[in-house]
Amino acid sequence: MKRIFQIKEIGILIILLVLMGFLGITTRSFLTSENLLTALLNISFIAIMAFGETMVIITAGIDLSVGSILGISSVVIALLLHDYHMAMVPAILSGLLMGTTMGLVNGFLITKLKLPPFIATMGMLSIGRGLAYVLTGGWPISPFPETFTNIGQGKLFGIPNPVLFMIVLAIIAHIFLKYTVLGRRIYAVGGNLNAARLSGVKVDKILILVYAIAGFLAGISGFLMTAWLGVGQANAGQGYELDVIAAAVIGGTSLMGGEGTILGTILGAAIMGILRNGLILLGVSSFWQQVAIGLVIIFAIAFDRLRGGLRK
Amino acid sequence: MSDTVLEVKNIWKEFPGVIALKGINETFLKGEVHAIVGENGAGKSTLIKIISGVFSPNKGDIFLKGKKVRFGSPIDAKSHGIVTIFQELSVLPNLSVAENIFIGQEKTNLGFLSYGDLYKRTKEILEQLEIADISPSTITGTLSVAYQQLIEIGRAVATKADVIIMDEPTSSLTENEVKTLFKIIGKLKDNGVTVIYISHKLDEIFQIADRVTIMRDGEKVGIYNIDEVVEDRIIELMVGRKLENYYIKDSKPRNEVILQVKGFNGEKFRNVSFDLRKGEILGFSGLVGAGRTELMMSLFGFLPYDKGEIYLKGKKINIKSPLDAINYNIGLVPEDRKLQGLILIMTVRENITLPGLDRIKIAGFIKLAEEYRIAKQKVEELSIKTPSIEQKALNLSGGNQQKVVLAKWLNLRPEILILDEPTRGIDVGAKAEIYKLMNEMAKEGISIIMVSSELPEILAMSDRVAVMAEGELTAVLERDEVSEEKIMHYATPRSVLSKAS
Repeated sequence: MKRIFQIKEIGILIILLVLMGFLGITTRSFLTSENLLTALLNISFIAIMAFGETMVIITAGIDLSVGSILGISSVVIALLLHDYHMAMVPAILSGLLMGTTMGLVNGFLITKLKLPPFIATMGMLSIGRGLAYVLTGGWPISPFPETFTNIGQGKLFGIPNPVLFMIVLAIIAHIFLKYTVLGRRIYAVGGNLNAARLSGVKVDKILILVYAIAGFLAGISGFLMTAWLGVGQANAGQGYELDVIAAAVIGGTSLMGGEGTILGTILGAAIMGILRNGLILLGVSSFWQQVAIGLVIIFAIAFDRLRGGLRK
Repeated sequence: MSDTVLEVKNIWKEFPGVIALKGINETFLKGEVHAIVGENGAGKSTLIKIISGVFSPNKGDIFLKGKKVRFGSPIDAKSHGIVTIFQELSVLPNLSVAENIFIGQEKTNLGFLSYGDLYKRTKEILEQLEIADISPSTITGTLSVAYQQLIEIGRAVATKADVIIMDEPTSSLTENEVKTLFKIIGKLKDNGVTVIYISHKLDEIFQIADRVTIMRDGEKVGIYNIDEVVEDRIIELMVGRKLENYYIKDSKPRNEVILQVKGFNGEKFRNVSFDLRKGEILGFSGLVGAGRTELMMSLFGFLPYDKGEIYLKGKKINIKSPLDAINYNIGLVPEDRKLQGLILIMTVRENITLPGLDRIKIAGFIKLAEEYRIAKQKVEELSIKTPSIEQKALNLSGGNQQKVVLAKWLNLRPEILILDEPTRGIDVGAKAEIYKLMNEMAKEGISIIMVSSELPEILAMSDRVAVMAEGELTAVLERDEVSEEKIMHYATPRSVLSKAS
């Protein structure tokens, strides 16, 4: 029993199960596969971005620009498909390149100009969103070829495609962080930057890498969301950065750096998604939903701290 | 008994992986200078941190003037009249001397500081300390370290402290500054203040202390009136064994020069040239702030350097980053293992393999079996005491943490190993093991640069001793000509020497 409680993700898993149990008892429609898949679909866009955010936060950084990167990637793909009639694959790749480039710029601002991550990415938050509006003039862009929207709206074995994307990316991100040299160095940089450097880690390279990954994954989210909605909009993903950060932090990623896992982040995203879904089913107003989400963030972290204290 | 000011009874303190204090009893008398000596890791600092409210003990009581007290914080202790001057100075460099001395007890007028009164009272204290040449409005950061330390003492005087604790107060002072400090300690004593003086410099203890407590491995192993004890007895108690078994050194340097540094310049050092032979232990001595650490950090590529050349086996090399240094088979064990040497929240295994990950990877993936094998092997070789290789480094004792840092580099089979204060803050047993290890490494042909502020260690372990003062290399002494006096002579900044003569 004691050993189980030492697994880091266990606390967050308990919260999730309690939440699901409660909703299963109090509402009739919660524990149906249809509803659960909808909830999963809704969190997939947040969760995919949160994998990148987790890596950024492990390095003791923060990326506030992911929501805007989602927006501009979405707009780039939409414009290329709709206005320029570009083939689907190059259009999608261009959108991902856009996201990655934005992430690289974040990385360079932070490592070469030595800007604090909060400031650099806050600037990029504004720049990205602004460019998305400039490119579209604020108008939504649609329609798209069906081959494209099918990627977002289709299912495989009854599971929505964005959810499958989320699962595959989670596995890749988990393996990357846990079993590769680069993954280990990401933890090292966040655990102690100076010690990492003195151990021969190219710290700047690692930092640029994580922001580029965060940008790339925000690009993927942008692509999936555009394909799912069937429309490209400049305001896509607005405000998502807070949900993304919350997912990582609820999942046990330490803002001090050096600690965090993909599994934890998925659970963190799931808690937020299930909570939103459940509150809707319970008929709670969307205004109160925000209050509830805030409370969960605070309690989840407090619970984790408390558990950490007991473990010592 | 009536003149007992402070008494501690059966104080126990445990940290993860190490028991720092094992039932300490001690009394401190009014108006005495009470020295506490012991090797690093003996528990001196932990004891004073408990007395000054930084830590709370796991067991045991503190009595102040006969009354049981429990301090929740240093501020709490201060309000009871116990003030500590730690090694790390706590003056606020951007505030004036007066503001620093009276911080936290400023008199205000409708919420505004009354500077006239503040300066007047500061002047009185500065006069009392005989440093009235300093103006109360001087910005503290512009003063020398020694004066900043005196300002801290001034702060203690201003609070009318009964007990002033000084933790290694002379570690960054020149001889003259030490004299000034001792004069002030004498004055404090005359005024009935109890001074608890932590040091491992025995000559100082014999100059100013009334009584001396000796600690070793968390225990009190002796207490003497200073005129009833000789230095050798104290050392024996501190070290816990005969000195000849403590330092093991029978390695001999070979003729081959492996590293040459020529005209090396950086922010904190100038025109440094020296060479290092294969299998040699080259000691680097000097006062704190002489630029030794900065020199080593530049050699290792962690800090930039302006000018100068490095030759490795006669070939000129360029080191721009620690990774370059590592690729040239150079390793560095930094001065502060917690801030620079280790990633404390990572496991012993992950720490040991961090610099060598590139050597155990396949297609970017870490060969885990290989990693576990290396970690286990190193833990065994260096007899690192840890429940498992999956233990986080932060739960290890200082000595074992240091061995993990050494293991990191030994795993890479370095040709040159720079050790910056390799035995700082570790217990006596671990120290002896590290000396033994250094000797073995040198015998295997590894060249070692050892920066150390502990003269006994420098004298015992070095084949040659390089001495630095104010960023310059002032001497390189051969093993047969080196002595404590010679080192101190070359370590003392010239500006001070010329003033004294």
